[in-house]
Amino acid sequence: MIEIDGLTKRYGGTTVVDAVDLRVPTGSITAIVGTSGSGKSTLLRMINRLVEPSAGTVRIDGRLTTEEPAHALRRRIGYVIQGNGLFPHRTVAENIATVPRMLGWSDVRIAARIEQLLLLFGLDPQIHAQRLPAELSGGQQQRVGVARALAAGPSVLLMDEPFGALDPIIRAKAQTDLRAIQQQLKTTIVIVTHDMDEAFLLADRIAVLDNGRLLQYDKPTRLLTAPASAQVSALTGTADRALRLLSLDTVMVAMAPGHADGLQLSASMSLRDALSALIWAGVRAATVCGADGEVVGQVTLEAILARGAAHQ
Amino acid sequence: MRPATLLRTAVWLSVIAFLWRPSAFAAVFAPFTHDGAPAIYDQGDLADLALAHLGLVLFATALSAVIAVLLAVVVTRGPGRAFLPMSRSLVSIGQTFPPVAVLAVAVPLVGFGSLPALIALVAYGLLPVFENALTGLAELPASVLEAADGVGMDAWQRLWSIELPLAGPLIVEGLRQTLVISVGTATLGSTVAAKGLGEVIIAGLLSDNTAFVLQGGLLTGLMAILLHDAIGRIGAYVLPRQG
Ligand SMILES: Nc1ncnc2c1ncn2[C@@H]1O[C@H](COP(=O)(O)OP(=O)(O)OP(=O)(O)O)[C@@H](O)[C@H]1O
Ligand SMILES: [Mg+2]
Repeated sequence: MIEIDGLTKRYGGTTVVDAVDLRVPTGSITAIVGTSGSGKSTLLRMINRLVEPSAGTVRIDGRLTTEEPAHALRRRIGYVIQGNGLFPHRTVAENIATVPRMLGWSDVRIAARIEQLLLLFGLDPQIHAQRLPAELSGGQQQRVGVARALAAGPSVLLMDEPFGALDPIIRAKAQTDLRAIQQQLKTTIVIVTHDMDEAFLLADRIAVLDNGRLLQYDKPTRLLTAPASAQVSALTGTADRALRLLSLDTVMVAMAPGHADGLQLSASMSLRDALSALIWAGVRAATVCGADGEVVGQVTLEAILARGAAHQ
Repeated sequence: MRPATLLRTAVWLSVIAFLWRPSAFAAVFAPFTHDGAPAIYDQGDLADLALAHLGLVLFATALSAVIAVLLAVVVTRGPGRAFLPMSRSLVSIGQTFPPVAVLAVAVPLVGFGSLPALIALVAYGLLPVFENALTGLAELPASVLEAADGVGMDAWQRLWSIELPLAGPLIVEGLRQTLVISVGTATLGSTVAAKGLGEVIIAGLLSDNTAFVLQGGLLTGLMAILLHDAIGRIGAYVLPRQG
């Protein structure tokens, strides 16, 4: 758990982060969103003390971050930035080994960890481990950046627009991979983004910042159905909020007993994708199949539409 | 063997052969003498002078490189950063200052001999390394520095394992310039009685013996070229690849 209390940063006379309180539950993903200059990066960087707070405290698993030297703290916290920040003169393996080496791990343990992480991120240790960052594609560099941040098994991972430089297709893949890896490792993640789709796709909770102040910290659904202010609605977007709401649930929640003719959908599909599939096929209902292809029920257009309504 | 390797080996071998048995080359230099003057420098051992010259240059360059890199490190971080703009202008002003002037200032202070020459060489050699180290350290990608802090490197680890290696190629380039300048400048050292190849040139000028001037000039010129080449190769070997 990350506990942030009254966290404030002032530069000269201007307050860029203003008394923010935040509780990030262990093993969850929190997205920080807000317009450019709203203080997202500053807030994030105060968690690992790359920026020293003017006031307020941060506790990680109950321990004040000021209890140890900043560099020792940062070795326990993963940090990923846009453009990945890989060390250009060090190979992929050496980049990943950075923190374990500083922590004094044995060579054997480091080598095993490098191999494990490369495989986890879909890179071939034989091919990629000895390459320099410049010899990788942008998407691969980004994955190595995340692998380096996770190398020493931190319980907390901070990410500042980590996928900002990737093209849409690679970005979508990186996002689903991150989600899968997070579910496997149970890492607590705080991710800064100004891509609202990314926030809704990844986050268990979203923190909305405006001018350094925290407007709302809530589940994605609540941000849509119970926005704290007009600014929150403006930021999350109102035109497609029904569809966004549908994207947050799977077919499972709108399912009813029975089956339909023709179209079959997977139970794990989002309602938004299911709606699209129904419209595309020109039908009003579809059979829902489980992970092994067995029929588990049916879903109708009406049931989906009802889930997209503001008051349920 | 590649042409570059061939040429390099040929130059090294001729220099060594000449220093080992200068008299064997008398026929080559004879056309440049007249009135029966000696064709080969005879007022001292050429190999001895070349070694003294090289020693002075290497020592001075090493000294100025260490000082210059330290200064560059100091003015690119912490409170030292306040001096960054000032040191940049000092560097450009310093380079317009002729080395003879530095010698002229040094002699009254420390007397004749190798010391004033060393001072002039160190002072003059500071500039290229300092300027390049400054550029290299001040213009590192912000994302790389942020990542170094982000992974929890302390200031020393960051400097030693990230900043200096990345600024390395530029620093080596500065070192090369310093070496080449120093080899030439060190000949002036002979005017203040420092041992070196300048003696040969001056002796040639005084006795109107072009062969001496040629020998001193060729040896210094080749020394500069060989050092320039060697440093580049050592640098490429020592420095990490950077893709
Ligand atoms: N070192 C600094 N000195 C002075 N002001 C700063 C400093 N760092 C950030 N700021 C200011 O603080 C405000 C918040 O900056 P921050 O980088 O946190 O914004 P952000 O929400 O991450 O924006 P973006 O989406 O553009 O990355 C900005 O107005 C910025 O100019
Ligand atoms: Mg930012």
